[in-house]
Amino acid sequence: MLQYILRRLLIAIPTIVAISILSFVLIQLPPGSFLDDYAAQLAQQGEEISGQQLEALKQAYGLDEPVYVQYYKWVKGIVTRGDFGLSLEWNVPVSQLIWERMGWTLALAISTLLCTWLLAIPIGVYSATHQYSKLDYLFTSLGFIGLGIPGFMLALVLMWFALSHFGIDVGGLFSQQYQNAPWSAGKVLDLLRHAWIPILVGGSEGTAGLIRIMRANLLDELHKPYVISARARGLSERTLVWEYPVRVALNPFVSGVGFALPDLVSGGVILSVVLSLPTAGPLLLNALTAKDMYLAGALVLLVGILTIFGTLISDILLAWLDPRIRFSAR
Amino acid sequence: MNENIAKATVSTVPPTPAPLAPEDLPSSEARILVASPRQLMWWRFRRHRIAVVGTIVVILFYLVAIFCEFIAPANPDTIDGAHKYVPPQQISFIDANGNFTFRPGVYGLSPHRDPVTLRLSYTSDPKQWYPIYFFSTGPDYKLWGLIPSNVHLIGLGPNSDQPFFLLGSDRLGRDMLSRIVYAARISLSIGLVGVTLSLILGIILGGISGLYGGTADIIIQRVIEFLRSMPTIPLWLALAAALPPQWSPLYVYFGITCILSLIGWTRLAREVRGRFIALREEDFVLAARLCGSSQMRIIWRHMVPSFLSHIIAVITLAIPGMILSETALSFLGLGLRPPVISWGVLLQDAQNVQTVAIYPWLLLPGVAVVIVILAFNFMGDGLRDAADPYGR
Repeated sequence: MLQYILRRLLIAIPTIVAISILSFVLIQLPPGSFLDDYAAQLAQQGEEISGQQLEALKQAYGLDEPVYVQYYKWVKGIVTRGDFGLSLEWNVPVSQLIWERMGWTLALAISTLLCTWLLAIPIGVYSATHQYSKLDYLFTSLGFIGLGIPGFMLALVLMWFALSHFGIDVGGLFSQQYQNAPWSAGKVLDLLRHAWIPILVGGSEGTAGLIRIMRANLLDELHKPYVISARARGLSERTLVWEYPVRVALNPFVSGVGFALPDLVSGGVILSVVLSLPTAGPLLLNALTAKDMYLAGALVLLVGILTIFGTLISDILLAWLDPRIRFSAR
Repeated sequence: MNENIAKATVSTVPPTPAPLAPEDLPSSEARILVASPRQLMWWRFRRHRIAVVGTIVVILFYLVAIFCEFIAPANPDTIDGAHKYVPPQQISFIDANGNFTFRPGVYGLSPHRDPVTLRLSYTSDPKQWYPIYFFSTGPDYKLWGLIPSNVHLIGLGPNSDQPFFLLGSDRLGRDMLSRIVYAARISLSIGLVGVTLSLILGIILGGISGLYGGTADIIIQRVIEFLRSMPTIPLWLALAAALPPQWSPLYVYFGITCILSLIGWTRLAREVRGRFIALREEDFVLAARLCGSSQMRIIWRHMVPSFLSHIIAVITLAIPGMILSETALSFLGLGLRPPVISWGVLLQDAQNVQTVAIYPWLLLPGVAVVIVILAFNFMGDGLRDAADPYGR
């Protein structure tokens, strides 16, 4: 097992390097160096940047040097000092802006994932054990619609509904009075009042997909001889279903963690723009429209690394759950 | 080609104990035994009712997209300052004299300003009733930019100067119905073009990977794994933001499609690779090789026809994703930009919840998106089931 985990960690390293190169390319993509933009922006605000200062900045980012040296300096800054470069738009180091946002992104993604499972597993089991019942049809059709409706549309409609029927603005994660308040019981309650919409909407697509997978897998299992023999021995229906076939049918859930996390994070970008959540999404969008490339590159890099860890965790869980994977990987 | 499919799938048919002549069997069974695979697929697909409905809806939408100039009652860019934010007009069968007619019509609009909020609103005026004509004359247009005409599918005929907003109007008084219809052309074609591009990439790379194996296979599989573990939407956003702002709308359109398919080809490549690997070992491929067929002939005459149907099903399921991505990108302001009209561009007006709460019909382009995506999904599901006529 330890050997397997080590192997997977080794495979993850080149992927992280590739993502860092990609993020760096993104930073370089817009025409013109970022210092020109910076100087132009300062000039626009009526400030004059001295040639000396410009030279110092050039040195710090290695802008006169070949691209690979610039890349090396950028990576070195991140690894050794946690320095992601300078945000042009906010005029502060990128590292000051991103960590809180990344924390919220991760928190939302994980709670969405848990909520997805909490909904999808029981519903999938019910649908499979009560195949072709009325509730099964209801869940199946709801699932189809959940797959078809893009999350941001659903969020828009929900927000519109809440605003026009109950007169409440459900955007953001906090009400105005708690926005900058210190943490308290009231703030937590307020957070819960707001967070259910992004969690539910963000999870709708994943839930629908997982219900379908769970239902199909469990239906395959339920007709296998071991189930029949267990039933013949007089096991209660509940133990029978939950103890054996459900466990087998759970595999795709675990292997899904890897892809669910990137999907949640990337789908969350648009959703959080619509709902104006304090996650990485709106910050990334702003950074991209303002051509604030160091900020954008840092966000893409971090979100990418986040998803790689998601895949890693799911691989390890899967190997722990299913010995066949552990041994075939040798 | 039919013959080839039959040849290709012979080995998957369960062997019958004694060869029965078709005439010995009841007629329905005989029909199935001698049917070509294509016929079997069609029969199987037809049984899937909801998939058939989905297909019809998809075809209707593409017809609308092809003939959008004719279907739209108005020019989508005509600004009508006197009729901003008109709510969808109701179709009525009661004419100005209060009599029932078989011809549908709309009532005229009388604007009035709210004394408190100063907001302009419109009420319909039952005293003015304008019948709706089919194939009525209206604003001039050029079909596909070539054929000049002024005949529209629906219109108010002689009263075409009267307001006619079946789905309301936007903040500049442009007709939402016409805009949604024109947007269908851009949004739906981006799905097709994008899928074609990713299909080309997917078949070439997946084919190399599946046919030759070895180092090429390992490298391509690593690249696919890498791309699949990337958070796609941030990447799309970043690439779309990097498109030069001075590009013309046509360039942006192709730029966006390229970006979408650059990341979208991985699934198709995986599918193609899997098929090639499975077929490589089949007896009929070996037979063709022993008969001295060239590699190219084996690929195109024997292998491709036998998995074409699967690929078509996968493509159908990939198109809605493309349409959705374009909508999302344009909605965020990083994809297509006005004056280009796509569903995502139209939805930009609905970004602000306050506006949507007052003018809910601005969400209607989203309804069109949802219908198309559901229809494509149903159609793709049916095709996927039908693609394997010898399965359960």
